[in-house]
Amino acid sequence: MTQALTDKLSQADPFTVAGVALGSRLIMGTGGAPSLDGLGAALVASGTELTTVAMRRYATGGGPGAGTNLFELLLENNIRVLPNTAGCFTAREAVMTAELAREALETDWVKLEVIADEHTLLPDAVELVDATEQLVNRGFKVFAYTNDDPVVALRLEQLGAAAVMPLGAPIGTGLGILNPHNIELIVSRANVPVVLDAGIGTASDAALAMELGCDAVLLATAVTRAQDPVRMAEAFKHAVIGGRLASRAGRIPKRAHALASSAMEGRPDL
Amino acid sequence: MSTIHLNGAPAPLAAGTTVADLVAAVTGRAILPTGQPADGRRLGVAVARNADIVPRSRWSQTAVETDDDVEIVTAVQGG
Repeated sequence: MTQALTDKLSQADPFTVAGVALGSRLIMGTGGAPSLDGLGAALVASGTELTTVAMRRYATGGGPGAGTNLFELLLENNIRVLPNTAGCFTAREAVMTAELAREALETDWVKLEVIADEHTLLPDAVELVDATEQLVNRGFKVFAYTNDDPVVALRLEQLGAAAVMPLGAPIGTGLGILNPHNIELIVSRANVPVVLDAGIGTASDAALAMELGCDAVLLATAVTRAQDPVRMAEAFKHAVIGGRLASRAGRIPKRAHALASSAMEGRPDL
Repeated sequence: MSTIHLNGAPAPLAAGTTVADLVAAVTGRAILPTGQPADGRRLGVAVARNADIVPRSRWSQTAVETDDDVEIVTAVQGG
């Protein structure tokens, strides 16, 4: 597929979230990359227009401006920054982190991640719902990272989340989409974008997410920890495009018995 | 000698230090009275003093006091 055709297709089918139309349905994360240069190359290869970052203490050990380089890297590549609340266990911590991120990065978009424990990294639904309500009230556009429970997903939307982001599998596991039925259910009931976020391992997982009807996919580890991150980023770029096109092309139904694709009439008498 | 807690570690506090001074020291970049960096690039930094966010427009007017707990944060790889 030529770049021109890719661009034309994405312009005709933009990913609209929080009032903004994005040309790419692949949201990237930045965790796990061994170097900033490698990360930059992978982000460019992915075609992403939105990328998440964490908020941490400015590390003076890295030299002047060491902590700012990531923010500048995204700015230089015209990638919109989406700060996340990674590392927060309570609504209070998440709200404070979001406020710091808004002040530092001058955006009111936030990926809300409130985890229950460091072992499973699973979202704490109770704190997440509380934090979503508080952050929406404070004027944030909340991209809520959640589990694959359709009830929680709908609650987050009702509280005003700009996007609902159910996991396919726990962060970093690469297990793909463990409960496709739930993801499909979440998609069918949602009136805000649904972004499959976490657990993606390889390109086919992202294509499946799009075929299940997700509006976008968010991944980090699958690229940053791949043996060839740039090549894998490019793979995901195509997988998300392919899965989206397939989801809108009206696939054939699954049949119990064969249906010949070639007519029997007109066969020569051999 | 006065000290404060800066990003979780004790740090000496000179009289008259403002939040802007701390940001300049930590980032290695000069900060204008408006809170913008003098070099004109984006800074990407936020400051909390005793768990309250100090907006950048107030950095140069906010004095740092003894035993203050100051957190200076920025975007890093993650998520």
